[in-house]
Amino acid sequence: MMNHRAVRAIYLFEMARTMRTLLQSVVSPVLSTSLYFVVFGAAIGSRITQIEGVSYGTFIVPGLVMLSILTQSISNASFGIYFPKFTGTIYELLSAPVSFFEVVLGYVGAAATKSIILGLIILATAGLFVPLHILHPVWMLSFLVLTSVTFSLFGFIIGIWADGFEKLQVIPLLVVTPLTFLGGSFYSISMLPPGWQTVALFNPVVYLISGFRWSFYEISDVGIGTSIGVTLGFLVACMAMVWWIFRTGYRLKS
Amino acid sequence: MASIISIADLSKTYGSGRKALDGINLEIARGEIFALLGPNGAGKTTLISIICGIANATSGKVTVDGHDIVTDYRAARSMIGLVPQELHTDAFESVWDTVSFSRGLFGKPKNPAHIEKVLRDLSLWDRKDSKIMTLSGGMKRRVMIAKALSHEPQILFLDEPTAGVDVELRKGMWEVVRALQASGVTIILTTHYIEEAEEMADRVGVINNGEIILVEEKSALMQKLGKKRLKLHLSGKLAAIPDSLGGYDLSLGEDGQQLVYTYDTKSERTGITSLLSDVRAAGIKFHDLDTSQSSLEEIFVSLVREP
Ligand SMILES: Nc1ncnc2c1ncn2[C@@H]1O[C@H](COP(=O)(O)OP(=O)(O)OP(=O)(O)O)[C@@H](O)[C@H]1O
Ligand SMILES: [Mg+2]
Repeated sequence: MMNHRAVRAIYLFEMARTMRTLLQSVVSPVLSTSLYFVVFGAAIGSRITQIEGVSYGTFIVPGLVMLSILTQSISNASFGIYFPKFTGTIYELLSAPVSFFEVVLGYVGAAATKSIILGLIILATAGLFVPLHILHPVWMLSFLVLTSVTFSLFGFIIGIWADGFEKLQVIPLLVVTPLTFLGGSFYSISMLPPGWQTVALFNPVVYLISGFRWSFYEISDVGIGTSIGVTLGFLVACMAMVWWIFRTGYRLKS
Repeated sequence: MASIISIADLSKTYGSGRKALDGINLEIARGEIFALLGPNGAGKTTLISIICGIANATSGKVTVDGHDIVTDYRAARSMIGLVPQELHTDAFESVWDTVSFSRGLFGKPKNPAHIEKVLRDLSLWDRKDSKIMTLSGGMKRRVMIAKALSHEPQILFLDEPTAGVDVELRKGMWEVVRALQASGVTIILTTHYIEEAEEMADRVGVINNGEIILVEEKSALMQKLGKKRLKLHLSGKLAAIPDSLGGYDLSLGEDGQQLVYTYDTKSERTGITSLLSDVRAAGIKFHDLDTSQSSLEEIFVSLVREP
């Protein structure tokens, strides 16, 4: 039997937090996306006119959306669970008749919802700069949802692991952002020298962006099946991690 | 005794190696107010944290109304409301929202009338729309109590609930607690204000160094360990206690204007009669006398001091 009221309460609580910080959570990604378009699209785009048959500005749209989704999912979810740990209000969550699954559903659900909404807003923003065409809208949405959920889970883990604000920042800053920039947001892997192409294949973000871009233009660096496989693999790894955290009370219970 | 909480051989060693609880056995009776007394670091909060699911026990077993707190945590926890010792509140949420959130978290359907009653009882109604961070410390503590009561628990843990709450509101709080008890709620509280335990509790448990050293009906405890004092208000000053009275447990008070005799209420013969005649024989005059029972605080201090 599930405590669905608890899931609802956590979800709505987190969404209310999002609404309170709406300006910061929507305006800044939209602004940075616009800047990317101005800088990369206009400046570089005038040099690189086309990649695999689409204009450069259009080419970078899926990568830009992914970039925002990854960073936003992680920062939302990590902050969402870190903050009650920091203020001590986590006591209530721990003393409530809720299972780990319900807690995760509430927090990760809310963080993922926010990321999905944000992803769509950024997509719409991009549409103001370049013409968009989405060949596989269902796949596009699936990738959006899958990535949002996966990286919200990942953020949740970081939020539990972190015992200070620096740690909260360190993984997104030192790991995720570089991986995303190197993950083919702004170029096709095939444009890299052969050695670096092999290295790039160890970057999980490459598979996300590749799959997402495929759903737009049927252009991909790796097979679509591989993309889905890697993303699902990461999702399962995160779920196992979260399950272990709640089973052992890691960083939650003394 | 029909117990609602059974604690058996409960021990807790923190990761730091600190043994906070050492083989605790305790039964809490349904419907009672139980006061847990003990000095700083005795293990009160640790004990409460384990029962409520905030800390893991190292060994031992706890059942709440027959439900094991580990294997059947859902049933156990949904019966319990917890007001922790530290002030932990949200900042940006309103009082109403945070209290309603707690009710949802505990799986109870919405009931605005109940939330309103709780807020009114705790004198928080006129602040229901305030952001929590704009409240004073005492108000925040009451918000935490409101959160714990929002889901209509059958057991309420109050870990030093009146710390930082002023006298007037403290009285109001105790009225709430009494009303809860009247409605069948079991209450376990810790407090450093021993008068509160004395005033509120049905039974008192004393914990020290992670061990329960005594559990008693409050009145029995007072009787069992209570010493009484007989105070003689002297007509003149006395520089020293005369040798002829050396056999009694006497002390001088108030600049030699009072003679204080401490005696055990447990013993058959208190020695008052002979003391009074010996006092007269020594030529000491007094114009008044009174007796007083030692408070729980004194009992408590003497218990904890004993090796
Ligand atoms: N998270 C923790 N990690 C390590 N040691 C702890 C932790 N919490 C409590 N302790 C130790 O366990 C012992 C019992 O602490 P506890 O908080 O249960 O005492 P208490 O009776 O509630 O004291 P107080 O009256 O000061 O609130 C203390 O020695 C304390 O230092
Ligand atoms: Mg304590």
